[in-house]
Amino acid sequence: MISTDILIIGAGPTGLFAVFEAGLLKLKCHLIDALPQPGGQLSELYPKKPIFDIPGYPSVGAQELVDNLMEQIRQFQPGFTLNERAETIEKLDDGTFIVTTDRGTRHHARAVAIAGGLGSFEPRKPELENLEMYEEKGVEYFVRNPELFRGRKIAIAGGGDSALDWSIFLSEIAEEVTLIHRRNEFRGALDSVEKVRELKAQGKIHLLTPAEVTGLKGDGRLEAITIEKEGVSSEKAVDYFIPLFGLTPKLGPIAGWGLEIEKNAIKVNNALDYQTNIEGIYAIGDVNTYPGKLKLILCGFHEATLMCQSVYNRLNPGRKYVLKYTTVSGIDGFDGSRKEAEKAVVQAID
Amino acid sequence: MSDVNIKVKDRKGVEHTLLAPTDMSMNLMELVRAYELEEEGTIGICGGMGMCASCQCYVLNDVDLPEKSDEEEALLSEAFHVKSNSRLGCQIFLTRDLEGLEIELAPES
Repeated sequence: MISTDILIIGAGPTGLFAVFEAGLLKLKCHLIDALPQPGGQLSELYPKKPIFDIPGYPSVGAQELVDNLMEQIRQFQPGFTLNERAETIEKLDDGTFIVTTDRGTRHHARAVAIAGGLGSFEPRKPELENLEMYEEKGVEYFVRNPELFRGRKIAIAGGGDSALDWSIFLSEIAEEVTLIHRRNEFRGALDSVEKVRELKAQGKIHLLTPAEVTGLKGDGRLEAITIEKEGVSSEKAVDYFIPLFGLTPKLGPIAGWGLEIEKNAIKVNNALDYQTNIEGIYAIGDVNTYPGKLKLILCGFHEATLMCQSVYNRLNPGRKYVLKYTTVSGIDGFDGSRKEAEKAVVQAID
Repeated sequence: MSDVNIKVKDRKGVEHTLLAPTDMSMNLMELVRAYELEEEGTIGICGGMGMCASCQCYVLNDVDLPEKSDEEEALLSEAFHVKSNSRLGCQIFLTRDLEGLEIELAPES
């Protein structure tokens, strides 16, 4: 079991910055995120877009901000459980928590900070009859284990980057890859579009456009899909169907944790410390709500800072502490590193 | 003050006449959010970057609208419940030309 002081659910900018503020208070953090990489929306939705409202940065790329935050928290050695979704929470008699993910990873923490943003990113599912029946029986929304597809017949639907990228990748190992899209145009990186064009010419990717998957067939497991192309319906034998229509954030299992929810967000006490109705569970960043709430990264940073102070006081009742400035006191990393301002000298000049 | 009137039918089928400011660089998606017609987190999820299509709406009457960009066209081609009169609210900025516009919000997907 993973053990930590503050378990942060969501590794977006707010969650990452919380690691820094916690580190200054000698509190160790571990983060869980449903996505395979840290950064949340910034890395998943708009890595290349500029952000103009981070104080002190006239403009900063979204991924650049994430990279900087990762660098800023490195000396506090945060742990990460990525590609897993926080599923259940249990409060123990001593006031600590056990959080278990959808893959069964257990985390023991003295406090929990939900920094889940808009929620965990879930695949957008096409409206097909019996879709759920074939999930994990031929219908996959992610390529988690490429080996699953080796030597198989694959159909991929979608017109964006992930449809293009996975078609390219799987064309190397699958027996057959068919890419199906409703339009002739694809929306993706120029390189990827070029590559698919090339693979199509080599016969390694079958391209079906404008076409749509309209049905699934098979006895207990997917055996074929129905494809409608320009008004003509046909059937195609496949082992796997991978619809890639993007991801949509859902509050997900957190909604069932007994927290007060309002407007798809978690109600917190903003007069004090962003704690929820359950003592020891905090909510910071886009996932929380209170009168006057603004979903801004800079507000998330502020909330993370106050949350950490509150956790410190809660875990160390009666132990005196006063806020210190990093400029004055420097930073002592958990890795033994020390950063500090250059000392002034007192010396006579002859 | 330069406001226009826009009619919006929400996802429950209720019609609202909204006063829309044209001088605050707002778009249709933001207008719907400002009036809180739908639950937070179900519309304009990506913040208006033209990435999630959660602000899809159907244009009900003949008002001159800006042409669809390639990006909008491409995103609509990946969205669900798309009809010939589908648009993305985040791509339609509020201008005086929109006076009298009537739209219906597409279902959540």
